[in-house]
Amino acid sequence: MSKEELLKKRYRAEKRFKFYGLTSVILAILFVLFLVNVIFSKGKGAFSRTTISVEVDFNTEKLEIKNNPTNEEIQDTDFYDLSIESLLNVYKTKGLKEEKDLIRIFSPDYEFEIKNFIIENKGFLNKTTIIELTASDDIDQLNKGNYPRHLPEERRRISDFQLLIYDKLVEDNKIQKTFNTFLFTNGDSRDPELAGVGGSLLGSFFTIIVTLLLSFPIAILASIYLEEFAPKNRITDFIEININNLAAVPSIVFGLLGLGILLGTFDFPRSTPLVAGITLALMTLPRIIIPCRASLKAVPPSIREGALAVGASKVQSVTHHVVPLAIPGTLSGTIIGLAQALGETAPLILIGMVAFVVDLPSSPVDPSASLPVQVYLWSEQAERGFVEKTSATIMILLTFLITMNAFAVYLRQKFERRWS
Amino acid sequence: MTNNKVKIKTEKLDVFYGQKQALKNVNLEIFNREVTALIGPSGCGKSTYIRCINRMNDVIETCKISGSIKIDGQEINNKQIDVVRLRERIGMVFQKPNPFPKSIYDNVAYGPQIHGLADHKDKLDQIVQTSLKKSALWEEVKDRLDEPGTSLSGGQQQRLCIARAISVNPEVILMDEPCSALDPIATAKIEELMEELKKTFTIVIVTHSMAQAVRVSQRTGFFHLGNLIEVDTTDKMFKNPNNKMTQDYITGRFG
Repeated sequence: MSKEELLKKRYRAEKRFKFYGLTSVILAILFVLFLVNVIFSKGKGAFSRTTISVEVDFNTEKLEIKNNPTNEEIQDTDFYDLSIESLLNVYKTKGLKEEKDLIRIFSPDYEFEIKNFIIENKGFLNKTTIIELTASDDIDQLNKGNYPRHLPEERRRISDFQLLIYDKLVEDNKIQKTFNTFLFTNGDSRDPELAGVGGSLLGSFFTIIVTLLLSFPIAILASIYLEEFAPKNRITDFIEININNLAAVPSIVFGLLGLGILLGTFDFPRSTPLVAGITLALMTLPRIIIPCRASLKAVPPSIREGALAVGASKVQSVTHHVVPLAIPGTLSGTIIGLAQALGETAPLILIGMVAFVVDLPSSPVDPSASLPVQVYLWSEQAERGFVEKTSATIMILLTFLITMNAFAVYLRQKFERRWS
Repeated sequence: MTNNKVKIKTEKLDVFYGQKQALKNVNLEIFNREVTALIGPSGCGKSTYIRCINRMNDVIETCKISGSIKIDGQEINNKQIDVVRLRERIGMVFQKPNPFPKSIYDNVAYGPQIHGLADHKDKLDQIVQTSLKKSALWEEVKDRLDEPGTSLSGGQQQRLCIARAISVNPEVILMDEPCSALDPIATAKIEELMEELKKTFTIVIVTHSMAQAVRVSQRTGFFHLGNLIEVDTTDKMFKNPNNKMTQDYITGRFG
């Protein structure tokens, strides 16, 4: 082959290689776009909520309540009859079946919603006002256009009579779509229209705090000791190998560890962020130690020598010079480790975080759900409302993960500028 | 020689890195307020030698040092010596300028701070200023002491490292090829500076440049394969060395 041909061949190889690379990048981007599109189109519905306008007459006599009641007195009052009466006023019904049908277009929390309204707006006592009550899951889905209303009646959960009411209400402008605050404030529920990720958000938050508090200091101290102080011998080599091995251990094994030791031996409270946090901290430790050691190793030895040569002690050379330079890598390693912990599901299932928890946790020792487990739980539900909520939860979880990773990148770039 | 007091005296100094012997039975005297140049081909043990004087070899785990190193008659090659105190007395400047990634001011102030040499800010300012003046950098940086030390040019960085070394007022300054990463103009500045510094400090410089050894030093030691082949006044060493090997090396026949 002549020199010319050889040169051409080399250029062709280069072009081919670039083409392959570009194709893979484009493919990857397409996959991501597809994924985001699927999640977004499925999940966006969960961010809105359907309400029905109902006229309520807060007559104190009928409620058998004083004219100036305290919150507790209202709490103790029975609003059931008033609620049913108000709901039945929405549409003219005959017979018990039609009444039941009418009441079922509302979410079962109507009495609670009406009561809460009057506790917050006491001025409406003895007045008639219009309240927006949450519609049931089926009406919600119907209103969002996800409900197959063309099916024959016996294959639908919404009866023909309910469809009739719905159409009339739409005509009268009594059906509204508002932003779904329940999604963020409520705990889990059997009714999709009332279920929210509030509980799992708090659960994940407490879990990550416990994980951070445990794993960050331990990982930092361990990596500084191993990298800067520990003698290089068989024992430290053995420890190093095992840290690398631990980082590769499947997370479910840590779940078993948490189950066996924390729940089994030490009797820690089940399904709590405390146990989840400790379990995830164990899992995260090696994943933080490895990048921490790498960033300590990346600090040039000349900096250590410079510090030692002016008479700094070993600890001073480390804390004054080496650690500040390693901080960006350390922090971003920690954040990425925590982001992985935040998205972890398997170990949490084993330590009982799959429990159905309605109440919001107020501390790390209260039973609670967590975001990834909530995704898992809701993905098993058949109701359409839970399908969109599953995607919405994934969106929320991804938002947190992307924010954390972006923060890690930001920290790295910001602090690395003052490097050499 | 103006002052013939021995500052550093090593006797029967052997250094091993693991199995490899880096220095073999080195007996060398370094005189007070003089510049002593150590020359020799790469890997001959010059750097190892000066790193013994401030015990920087302690950092290397496999390094074993035996023999005697005395500074002002005090033995420093033993466990009782506090290396932190020792390194305050014996400053070091490295081959590659290694300012801390901090401000120019903090680079110089660091040593006095950790040794508690300045009890208030004015005193510290004064130490920084004197050190930078002594290292002939003050005029160039006095208006930008807040800027990072790493933003300076190579030659300025090296002078900053010298300022850092003299800020704790040491007795000896060890220089490990301080000019090998610098251009000739920066080198000339450092050499001028050494002329000035030797009035106050005892200087030991490792260099690969014969010309530099001739220009800056009063005494020269020639190392080869871990042996100290010959040591004498620079004048004698370069004009009329006793040893054939020295002769060959300085005339460029090997090395």
